[in-house]
Amino acid sequence: MANVTLRSVRKTYPGGFEAIKGVDVDVGDGQFCVLVGPSGCGKSTLLRMVAGLETITGGEIDIGGRVVNQVEPADRDIAMVFQNYALYPHMSVYNNMAYGLRNRGMAEAEIRTRVEEAARVLELSPMLERKPRQLSGGQRQRVAMGRAIVRQPKVFLFDEPLSNLDAKLRIAMRVEIRKLQRRLNTTSIYVTHDQLEAMTLADILVVMNGGQVEQIGNPLEIYQRPATTFVASFIGAPPMNLMPLRSDELTSQIAGADGAGIVGIRPEDFVISGETASGGVALGLTVEAIEHVGAETFVYGSRQREEQGVAANPGELPPGEVIVRVPGATGPAIGERIRAVAPRDKLHLFTADGRKRVAG
Amino acid sequence: MVEEEGFQRYLAHIILWIGIAIVAFPVYLAIVASTQDNAVIANGQMSLLPGGHFFETYYQTLFVGTSGSTREPVLNMMLNSLIMALLIAVGKIAISIISAYAIVYFRFPFRMAIFWTIFITLMLPVEVRIYPTYKIVADLHLLDSYAGLSLPLIASATATLLFRQFFMTVPDELLEASRIDGAGPFRFFWDTLLPLSRTNMAALFVILFILGWNQYLWPLLITTRDDMQTIQVGIRKMITTTDALTEWPVVMATALLAMLPPVFVVVVMQKLFVRGLVETEK
Repeated sequence: MANVTLRSVRKTYPGGFEAIKGVDVDVGDGQFCVLVGPSGCGKSTLLRMVAGLETITGGEIDIGGRVVNQVEPADRDIAMVFQNYALYPHMSVYNNMAYGLRNRGMAEAEIRTRVEEAARVLELSPMLERKPRQLSGGQRQRVAMGRAIVRQPKVFLFDEPLSNLDAKLRIAMRVEIRKLQRRLNTTSIYVTHDQLEAMTLADILVVMNGGQVEQIGNPLEIYQRPATTFVASFIGAPPMNLMPLRSDELTSQIAGADGAGIVGIRPEDFVISGETASGGVALGLTVEAIEHVGAETFVYGSRQREEQGVAANPGELPPGEVIVRVPGATGPAIGERIRAVAPRDKLHLFTADGRKRVAG
Repeated sequence: MVEEEGFQRYLAHIILWIGIAIVAFPVYLAIVASTQDNAVIANGQMSLLPGGHFFETYYQTLFVGTSGSTREPVLNMMLNSLIMALLIAVGKIAISIISAYAIVYFRFPFRMAIFWTIFITLMLPVEVRIYPTYKIVADLHLLDSYAGLSLPLIASATATLLFRQFFMTVPDELLEASRIDGAGPFRFFWDTLLPLSRTNMAALFVILFILGWNQYLWPLLITTRDDMQTIQVGIRKMITTTDALTEWPVVMATALLAMLPPVFVVVVMQKLFVRGLVETEK
């Protein structure tokens, strides 16, 4: 049980490339923290720095009240689950889990108790004598989890542990990981590029981009009030519609919206309707593509310059593509012209460079 | 596999049988010669069917040796060859797996320079550096000893390169998982890398054992005592006689006996050998 605190952590490679540009994160005891971001944003590097597999070139990493910058990975009291599981191919499942404990000089009887308990929890009991190559992907993943659990560490670190699994298994394992973490109540840091995984697992969500933290918060808060246009378009699928504003007509009606240059509207906040709520946005769209997902339908429409007159109270918006979510399986037909309306309280306003949220 | 029809298929088989005959006939001839009386062979009237001196010849070869030239029992020569070949094979594997481990997994000054130095020794086989090597071995008083026979042949660039290539294909995550599991450099090498290299080591062992067993020039140079003689050198010495008839049955029996250990090693290790060459177990 421990807090993990990162204080202005930096990583500069010998070539001068700055992979992590000063990150502050505080993960409370027993919390599940998810680092999410596109490839190359530094999230894995950051995790590996917490694990001790990468050196820290600036700042401090604190695990359970102890600065661990110079501490060997084995002595940090952490356990890590790797993307490719990194199971020892020549060892049985039992030995894979027992190896770390043996290296610590634990008594064989205690090791057996722990491994068998972990195997029971993870439903691996019948497979303890098998080799990793005789297991399916999901089972290997569970062995990797088991290897982490038996250590009873202060912190679990997960490096995209589900990305090698098929879609169905990924969802099942996602739920299992969350349940397991709740039960063991162990502080966890989890790296993923899948925003859905991030949203569903996290107590604290850290959205990263280009070696920096874009936003930290609880997932719903981040979804509802993204701090930058990067976060707005990264979190949520399909992404938020972002459109440049060209006049003050819209901003003048919203308190504190001065300086806004971009308006963002989530696909689900649109309603296809003839009416426009006062202060909202109405767009005239030509339907270009339709995706039926079953419970909902995504309408891809293009905004034409000549359609701008349709908007009742909008800023002047340039042409572009807009995604509208319609509940149920019924939607407009391709080629049809529709009016998509979003109320004023659903608008997100950002500065023109997208770095700051100003209102909404 | 391409399935050939009729004539072409028979042709292929005929060619294969001819090939087998070319390889097998001399061996057969050696077997036959080793069972005949020397006088019959010497006057050129050797039968192509085995004669009746099998036990007699092999007993003499293994335990007595030739009556003229070397007078050393071949069993002793085989023992010398075996010890030399095993020392070379095991020594080469041990040295090169450790050097490959250092080169792949450790960062130290002049790492690449050392790697290239090892690489360059590929161009310097024993024959090229034979005088300086002999001088060193002689100065160390290692002439006529097993150490002198095997040590100069143990340093090996080929095996080091092979292990290096293999280590580079081992995923980094295994090392990282080991570090988190509290395994230091020695434990990682012993618990993870060595077991994973098993098939590679087996394949190398076969090749290196045969290489060691077949050494001729080096043992010829540094062994002068008859009881340190290896079998390859022994055969040569048996053939050259000054004033007596070459004892062909004994020579042939020795040649056949010299073939046995390599054949035995290949047969026993075949499964591992093939796996080591084609498959990487990860």
